[in-house]
Amino acid sequence: MATDLKSLKSDLVVDARGTACPGPLLAAKKAIGELESGEIMEILSADEGTKNDIPRWCDKVGHEYLGFYDEDSFSRLFLIKE
Amino acid sequence: MEATQEITIQELQLQIDALKKKVNKLEKSRKDQLSIAVVSGDMDKVLAAMVISLAAAAMDTQVKLFFSFWSLSALRDPNKSPKGKDFISKMFGIMLPKGKDKLSLSNMNMGGMGPLMIKMLMKKQHVMSLGEMFKQAGELGIEITICEMSMGLMGFKSEEMIDYPHLRYAGAATFVADAGESAIQLFI
Repeated sequence: MATDLKSLKSDLVVDARGTACPGPLLAAKKAIGELESGEIMEILSADEGTKNDIPRWCDKVGHEYLGFYDEDSFSRLFLIKE
Repeated sequence: MEATQEITIQELQLQIDALKKKVNKLEKSRKDQLSIAVVSGDMDKVLAAMVISLAAAAMDTQVKLFFSFWSLSALRDPNKSPKGKDFISKMFGIMLPKGKDKLSLSNMNMGGMGPLMIKMLMKKQHVMSLGEMFKQAGELGIEITICEMSMGLMGFKSEEMIDYPHLRYAGAATFVADAGESAIQLFI
């Protein structure tokens, strides 16, 4: 899964490393409107909780959560817009 | 044979209609909505209410906040000073925190040192300030209802409350009605 994600090309990267909970979720929610259905969003977050929150958000709203992988000081999370 | 089949279909139709009615009623009674009665005026508790509300709004849940009693202090605008208050209202106005930046902590307040430290830590950890949270809440369409009765009790005037895009004044019945149709109800 991790290698899959690393070769993924995102249509939009949302850098939410500068905010803690619920900042990254808000940033993702605001940016999702810029994407078309089926496009890939990548969220950069330094907040550990985001790894649990983004899948729950996707679950509820209908986006397809693809997973995440960790960098040195943050994580990259991926999803496909509904 | 044919006759019995016809009756069955009719019966089925009736059952479907009854089910439709029930589903409609259920959908109306439990909307994807969060109602919070915010009663506490402590910084930590108002903060909790706002964080939960923002997360809910980001998840497309309709959010309705009902501010009453001590929490009204959080909605005061420090730059506004209303005129024509009687003596007791003036005293309340002086004794109670003037705005969200003046709230105290429910624990470890230490004469105002606690809130200062928390604010410093929040900045360091990149947590939004209360002011920023209210701004975001406004953008996300979070509704705030101020308890009319509490306003009278504390001697607050609508002229001294913050400018917020979705602000209204109402009574307890409004909260009960909102909460009744919300899937999530909280009291903070």
